[in-house]
Amino acid sequence: MSHGYLSPTGVEIAFVLVGLVTLGSGLLVVTVKNLVYAALWLIVCMGSIAVEYLLLSAELLAWIQVLIYGGAVIVLFLFGLMLTRAPIGPTEELNVRNRWPAAIVGLGAAGTLVTVVVQAYQHTWFDPRGAVSLGSAQALGGQLFKYWVLPFEVLSVLLLAALVGAIVLSRRGGALGAQAPNEEAEA
Amino acid sequence: MITVLALLASLLPAFGAAVTFAGGRDVRHVKFWSTAPVAAAFVLTLIVALDHGTGGTSVRGWTIGTAGDYSISVGARVSGLSALTAVLVAGVALCVQVFSASYLGGEPRYASYAALISLFTAAMLTVVYAPDLIVLLVGWEIMGACSYFLIGHYWEKPEARSASIKAFLMTKAGDVPFLFGIIALGVQAHSFQIFVVLQAAHNDVYDHPGWIAALLLCGVLGKSAQFPLHSWLPDAMAGPTPISALIHAATMVAAGIYVVALLYPIFALAPDVLIAMAVIAAITMCGAALCALAQTDVKKILAYSTVSQLAYMLGGLSVGGRSQAMYLLLVHGAFKALLFLAAGVVIHRVGSNELSAMGGLRFRMPITYGTMTIGLLALAGIPPFSGFFGKEGVLGAAFDASGEFAAPGKIVLTFGLITAGITAAYALRMWLGIFHGPFPDAPQEHEARVEAPQTELIPLILLAIPAAALGVVVLFGSDFSKALGGWYGESGSLLGSSAADLWPGGFTTLLSLLFALGFGTLVFLAWRRNPQADPAVTLLGPARGLLLNGFYFDRVIALALVRPTRAAARLVAYLDTNVLDAYVRGSGVGARGLGTMLRRLQTGSVQFYLTCLFLGVVIMAAVYAYVGTVS
Amino acid sequence: MHAVYPLVLGALLFAIGLYGVLARRSAIAVLMAIELLLNAVTLNLVSFGAILRDQYGMGQIFTLFIITIAAAETGLGLAIVLLLYRQRATSDLGEQRELAEPVEPYDSDELLAVDEVEAGAAR
Repeated sequence: MSHGYLSPTGVEIAFVLVGLVTLGSGLLVVTVKNLVYAALWLIVCMGSIAVEYLLLSAELLAWIQVLIYGGAVIVLFLFGLMLTRAPIGPTEELNVRNRWPAAIVGLGAAGTLVTVVVQAYQHTWFDPRGAVSLGSAQALGGQLFKYWVLPFEVLSVLLLAALVGAIVLSRRGGALGAQAPNEEAEA
Repeated sequence: MITVLALLASLLPAFGAAVTFAGGRDVRHVKFWSTAPVAAAFVLTLIVALDHGTGGTSVRGWTIGTAGDYSISVGARVSGLSALTAVLVAGVALCVQVFSASYLGGEPRYASYAALISLFTAAMLTVVYAPDLIVLLVGWEIMGACSYFLIGHYWEKPEARSASIKAFLMTKAGDVPFLFGIIALGVQAHSFQIFVVLQAAHNDVYDHPGWIAALLLCGVLGKSAQFPLHSWLPDAMAGPTPISALIHAATMVAAGIYVVALLYPIFALAPDVLIAMAVIAAITMCGAALCALAQTDVKKILAYSTVSQLAYMLGGLSVGGRSQAMYLLLVHGAFKALLFLAAGVVIHRVGSNELSAMGGLRFRMPITYGTMTIGLLALAGIPPFSGFFGKEGVLGAAFDASGEFAAPGKIVLTFGLITAGITAAYALRMWLGIFHGPFPDAPQEHEARVEAPQTELIPLILLAIPAAALGVVVLFGSDFSKALGGWYGESGSLLGSSAADLWPGGFTTLLSLLFALGFGTLVFLAWRRNPQADPAVTLLGPARGLLLNGFYFDRVIALALVRPTRAAARLVAYLDTNVLDAYVRGSGVGARGLGTMLRRLQTGSVQFYLTCLFLGVVIMAAVYAYVGTVS
Repeated sequence: MHAVYPLVLGALLFAIGLYGVLARRSAIAVLMAIELLLNAVTLNLVSFGAILRDQYGMGQIFTLFIITIAAAETGLGLAIVLLLYRQRATSDLGEQRELAEPVEPYDSDELLAVDEVEAGAAR
């Protein structure tokens, strides 16, 4: 089922187009000066990745992506922005003078990874529709509770720990009594 | 047999020195152990000399080790030359020890002083009786060391300290070429034994005898205080007076002359060195005599006089008059030691070294007066005292010199006659200044006749006898030369030594007596005009200051040697601080600089750290991928 | 579909996220970039799951786990940012310099001065 690069299938075209959206919005997330805009562009990025999942026939994962990222995580970010009184408008110093070294590192990483990937998988083709059966909720649930029960349970413990940790960290007074006069001076 | 006695004679004083050093400060113990071994050694040397008679050289040695291809042997070599010199050394040492027993007996460091004198005597006897050049060198150096210690005996005085170091350095400056000369001799003769060395000279084995003789001459100049290494001897008068009598009149300074006489065949092969010797002797004898005339310190007069008389001996050796020079050495040892010891007695009495503090001691110290007069007459060369025959012998040899000795002969004769006159002048000045004339106001002085203690007088009398009577040897014709032995240590032969008859020749004797009388009369007339003043002031006039300071020779040395050395030392110190240390400091600075540069990486920004971290990871990943895919 | 497409997309997204982590000044922006990193990883996993189609369905299951953990981590991270803001009135990472080492000026005369002091004391 292999065909050349110059005659892509429709899936490939769609994949490339959505990929461009992903990359574009990702770039905007890390470069835009307005933090709220960055958060919003992150929503777009997450959404386009969800579409990619659909194209790779991972249905349940696509919707979980939208739900959790688009729904919960971004809202968390927006709340964080509000609570730390981040500047709502554009700020000039948002990109630090570490820009150019970071760009070099990023470009280097990109170069290395792409080279390795392309060289390794030049001759690999696959049919994304062949995995549809594996992507459904029924299949995923069966796999999860047949082979992956133990990690699942551990994950729930981890979530509990995260919950408790977040509450402890963000308490005012009590275990953090030393911080109390500090914030009262600010407040 | 006599060699064993000779070896014993040189070892006994060393044993005495060891016992004295080990025995502590009990004065009677020290007095016994300082005089008894030296007395025994004197007796032994007398026996050796009488037993040797006019026989040839006898050597006995025991090899104690090897140095490369050469063996070193200890033992004794008894020849006429060494036997006679050893008697002189042991005799003067005994007189000095007895004299010191009362002269310095009450002083705190008498024990070390006496022990060092014994050690010195042992070293000098080693030099005299040495069978091997290396053993001679050992004795030579030990003498230098003992001289250093003894000159600096009064180390509380800064002039004593600096004088001892000066003496040591100047003699060492001569000793280094001397060492090279001895090594050259031994290497070319394939042995260091003296008879082998002398035979090699006879057989013309040496490549450059001129160079060897010149090197040996340097050592002689240093040890015998000739120009240009002479200025340590007047300064060495800062030591105790008996030391001056032993070391700087009779023995150590005579060691140089002795070595020239010993190795005479080698010097005979080098006519250029002989001329150099004559020139140096001429300069020294005249210059030192002039300086002696101007000095106000009694001991300095005697010191310059010693330098001048040693120059006479060196001059005698340079004109082939080996026997005459050795005769002068023996009599000079006697009368100069006498003069120094007598001067010591006078100094103790008056409490000062200066001539101006003395005067009119004629009736107050009669025995000292008598003996010192004998010594001064011998010094001035008045017949029939022994000094007359010694000086006439040298002048006669210079007059009769022929062949390769002719040129040195003329130089020595001219200057020798002039110096004879000046010698008489300063001897008379000293005699008049100490014993005649008005009595100066000295607080310690009183009218009563207070002579020196007996133990000091006996050595004076004992030394006065040879000073007066040794001229009688001359009556025996050439027997002295026979006793002294030829150049190679053989007996009786007059090979190579000319005019070995010590009887004074007529022409030179007349001239020298004329000079002496002439100069002496000048001094006497100057003294008569004003008995209280110094005759030298009127005679020398403006030149007196120059002569009093020894021709400012020390200042020349300071300018030529001391200042450049100090400048070089400062340069080295500067280089060490600013060139070498700069590298050391530079490494410190470099390390700190590197550290500062590295510290700039610690910006505190976590993202910067992470950037560096990921940069490293990316590079590692890229390299790994490249290596993994290519290879 | 050629396997290169999803994988390259994942790689580029990872690089973008790396840049964001290293270059952004606000702590919350850094957290956003971390989300990008995690998403790149999950994309990679899902595409490999589609390529390899193993019997355990590991690609997608693991992605589920990662999404969960990312959410928990974002929550905790924001709690820490809040704490940072409360203590220092800023969430600016560029201003946090406790790890910095101060750079003192030095010059070679300082070392020379030490030598002179010691030499003077020895004299």
